[in-house]
Amino acid sequence: MLFTDSLFIFGLIALFILYFAIAKKYRWMLLLGASIAFYAYSGWSNLIYIAVTAASTYGITRKIEKMAESASAEVKAHKAEWSRDEKKAYKEREKKKRFRWLVLLLVLNFGILAVIKYGAFTMRNVNSVMGWFGREGNLPVPQFLLPMGISFYLFQTMGYAIDVYREKYSCEKNFAKLALFVSFFPQLIQGPISRYNELSEGLYAGNDFESKRVMLGVQRILWGYFKKVALADRILPAVTMLISDSEQYDGIYAFIGILYYTLQLYADFTGGIDITIGIGQVLGIPMAENFQRPFFSKGIVEYWRRWHITLNTWFKDYLFYPLSVCQPMLKLSKWSREKLGKTVGKYVPVYIATIAVWFLTGLWHGAAWNFIVWGLMNAVIILISEKLTPLYEKFHQKYKWSNTRPYEGFMAIRTTLMMGCLRMFDCYRDVPLTFKMFASMFYKGNFHILWDGSLMQLGLSAADYIVLLAGTVILFTASMFGRKGEVRERLYNKSPFVSCCLTVTLFLLVMIFGAYGIGYDSSQFIYNQF
Amino acid sequence: MKIKGILAGTAMLVTAGVMLAALQRLFQPKYMSDVVEGNLIADYYNSGMNHQVLFVGDCEVYENFSPVTLWEEYGISSYIRGSAQQLIWQSYYLLEDTLRYEKPDVVIFNVLSMKYGEPQNEAYNRMSIEGMRWSKSKIDNIKASMTEEESFLSYVFPILRYHSRWSELTEEDFRYYFDVEPNFFGGYYMRADVKPAENVPTARPLTDYAFSENSWNYLEKMMQLCAENHIKLILIKAPSLYPFWYDQWDQQIEEFAEQYHLPYINFLDENMLEQTGIDFAEDTYDGGLHMNVYGAEKLSCWMGDYLVNRQGVRSHSDNQKLAEEWSEISERYYAELNRQLENLELYGNVRGEQEEE
Repeated sequence: MLFTDSLFIFGLIALFILYFAIAKKYRWMLLLGASIAFYAYSGWSNLIYIAVTAASTYGITRKIEKMAESASAEVKAHKAEWSRDEKKAYKEREKKKRFRWLVLLLVLNFGILAVIKYGAFTMRNVNSVMGWFGREGNLPVPQFLLPMGISFYLFQTMGYAIDVYREKYSCEKNFAKLALFVSFFPQLIQGPISRYNELSEGLYAGNDFESKRVMLGVQRILWGYFKKVALADRILPAVTMLISDSEQYDGIYAFIGILYYTLQLYADFTGGIDITIGIGQVLGIPMAENFQRPFFSKGIVEYWRRWHITLNTWFKDYLFYPLSVCQPMLKLSKWSREKLGKTVGKYVPVYIATIAVWFLTGLWHGAAWNFIVWGLMNAVIILISEKLTPLYEKFHQKYKWSNTRPYEGFMAIRTTLMMGCLRMFDCYRDVPLTFKMFASMFYKGNFHILWDGSLMQLGLSAADYIVLLAGTVILFTASMFGRKGEVRERLYNKSPFVSCCLTVTLFLLVMIFGAYGIGYDSSQFIYNQF
Repeated sequence: MKIKGILAGTAMLVTAGVMLAALQRLFQPKYMSDVVEGNLIADYYNSGMNHQVLFVGDCEVYENFSPVTLWEEYGISSYIRGSAQQLIWQSYYLLEDTLRYEKPDVVIFNVLSMKYGEPQNEAYNRMSIEGMRWSKSKIDNIKASMTEEESFLSYVFPILRYHSRWSELTEEDFRYYFDVEPNFFGGYYMRADVKPAENVPTARPLTDYAFSENSWNYLEKMMQLCAENHIKLILIKAPSLYPFWYDQWDQQIEEFAEQYHLPYINFLDENMLEQTGIDFAEDTYDGGLHMNVYGAEKLSCWMGDYLVNRQGVRSHSDNQKLAEEWSEISERYYAELNRQLENLELYGNVRGEQEEE
C-alpha cells in the first residue's frame, strides 16, 4: 500500500479519529493492529518475515538481559570472595556468552536479508566468475519477492538488539509492544530508522489530543504530500524518459537528467519522511529527523550528515565504531604502524572501516554493482576530502572572500552537483553505461537542447514546468526560513489563524497541483524499493 | 482551550471543504462550446418529467429522433436519455433513474450498444454518468462502467479527476460557473447540415459475433424492469450506416425479440428505409453515422405513427400543461434550426463564427 493510495489516506483519517476516541491504555494496541493490517495488505506471506524478526529479537534480547542480570547478581554475590581480576574475567566470559546469542540473532536476521535480497545477485556473480574460468556457470539463481520495508525494519530492530546487548537500556518485556516497535506502519517502508529509547515512550504512552501538535502534524503530512505528488510524481515521466533511452538522451540530456532526478529523489524521499513524521506528530509520537537541508551542505561529509541521517548514524554507531575498535582492527593498526610508518599506518584502520561502511551502504541500497560502486565512490571522495581538509582550511584562512555567503552558495551548488553525478549510478542500468553517460556530458556538446524546445518533448508541458519551478522555489524558501527554526511552529506561535490558513493552502495545493489520477502514473516511493 | 481547538479545526475543515467545492465546480468541464453532448444527461432533470415515451441509448437515439416532431405531429410527449457511446448498462441505470421520477408507457431502446460487453472509455463514462443525480442507480452505474484506470472516489469528488484542468481553463469555465445553458430539445441534439453518405467503409469480418453475457444480462434486466413497471419495451436499430450493424447481430436480436415477444424494428432494413423515406444523400450530417434534423424528423414521423397505431399510445395534445412545455421547447427548436441554417448560409457550418475563427 502506498501513502498516496486513497485507502491509506482514508484509513489514516479513521485511525486518527479512533486513536483519540478510545481509552489511552488501548491506543498502542490500535497502532499494532493498524501496523499489522498495513503490512498484511502487501501480502500475508510477508508477515512471516517480520514475525520471525520480532519473535527472534524478543526471545534473544530477553535471554541476553536475563544473562546479564544473573551475571551481575553472581558478581554481587561473590563480591567479597572474588578478586578484581576474577570479577573481570567472569564478566568477560559472560559477555562472550551474551555476544554469541547476539551473533546468532544477527546472523539469523541478516541471513534472511542476505538470502532474499542478495541471493540472486550473488549467484549471478558466481556464475559469471565460473564462466571466466571456462566452467559453465549455471548454478540456480534464487528469486524471492522482497518483503516490504525489510531493510528498514531489520536495521531498526537489530539496532535495538545491539543496544540491549550493550546494556544501553532494558529490553521490552511485552512481545506485542516490541512487535509494534518493529512494525510501526508509518516508518516501516522508508524509515526513519528509529532508536527504541527515542520512539518507545511516545509509541506506548497513549498520547492526548493537543490541537497545536495535531495541526502541525497535519501540516507536515500535507507538506510531504505536496512534495511527493506535486513535484516528484510530476517530474517522474521526464526522468523515466531520460534514463530509459540512453542512446538518445546523452550529453546535456544526461546533465538535465541529474538535475531532474535530484529534484525527484529529494521531493520523493523527504516527502515520504515528512508524511511519516507528520503522522507521528499527530499521534504524539516523536520520530528522528532524517534530513536537514542537505543541499545547503558545503562538502560531501556535511552532506552525509544531513541526508538520510538515521541510516548513516546507524552505520556509524553499529558498524563503523565497532569495526574501528575491534580486536583484529587494533592488531592491523599496530601492524600497519610498524610496517608502514606512523603517518600512513594510522590511517589504515580508518580507511578500511570507511570503505567497509560505504560498501555496505551501497549494498543496502540495492543488490547491484551500480550501488556498490556508488558506495565506494562516496568513500573515496570522503577520504580524499578529509585528507585535504587542512588545505581547505589554509585556503579559507588566506582568502577571506571564500568565507562569504556567495562562496558558500557556490560550495553548496558544487556539492549538490557532485552528489547528483554520483547518483547517476541509481539511474542507469550498469556501471559502464553510467561512466559513458557521465563522460558524454563533456564531449557531446548538444547545448542546443536547452533552447530549441527539446526540453518540452520530455513528457512535461509548460504547465508542468511552471509547477516544478514554483515548487522548487517554495522548497528553497522553506529551507531558508527553516534555518532559524521550525517554520510551522514559529508560524503557529505567531498566529494560529495564519497557521490554519497555511493548512488549508497546503491542502488545496496538493489537491490541485498533485500529479495523480488519470493521465498520471502513481509511482512507488523510491526508497520503498530499498 | 480544547473546545477552542476543536472549533478552529472544524472551521478550517469547513473552509477547506467550501474552497474545494468552489474549485471543483470551476474545474469541471462545462461542455458548452465543445462536446456539448456532455450536458445531455443532466438536462433531463430540467424537463417536465412527464413523458409517455422514453428513448434510451447512444448517439443513434439522441441524434436520430426528434421529440418535438413527435409532439407536434402526434401529441406524444417523449424524452431521449442518451449520451455518447452509452453502454447498455448505462442505459439500464438511466432507465432505473428515470423511473424514480416518472413512468412512461413505452421505452425504446437502441440495440447498438449490445456489441460492448465491457467498460470502454473513461471520457464517455464521465459524460454518461456525471450528469446523473445521486441515487443507487448512479452508484451501480459507476461500478458497472469504470475502466481499470478509474476510481469510484473520482465520481464522488470530481476534483480528483479534473484538478489538472487548472492549466486549461477558458473564459467559458467562468461564464458558466453557476449554470450551464444546454440547448437540447427533449434530449435531442440538433444538426441541420448535410453530408451525404459516400464511401462508407466496408465491414470487417469478426471472429466472434456473439454478444457478451453481460450485454444479454442487462437487456434481460431492462426487459424485466419494464415488465415490473408495466412499460412496453421496443427494441430498435437506428438507421446509421456506421458503426456497421452485422447481420449476425441482427439475427441474435431478432431471436431474442421473438422469444420474449418484443417488437424489434431495424431501420436499416430496406423495407424500413422505404417506409421512413430516409435518404442518405440528404438526411445525414456526417456521411451516414447520424441523422441530421431532416432525417430525425422523418424517423420521428414514422415512429409517431407506429406508436399511435400499433402500440396504442394516446395523443396528449389536449393536455394544457404539456402543451405549454412543448411550446417553449418548439420555440427554441425552431430558433436553433434557423440559427444553424443562417450559419450554414453565411459561414458554411452550423456553428458559425466560432468555427470560422
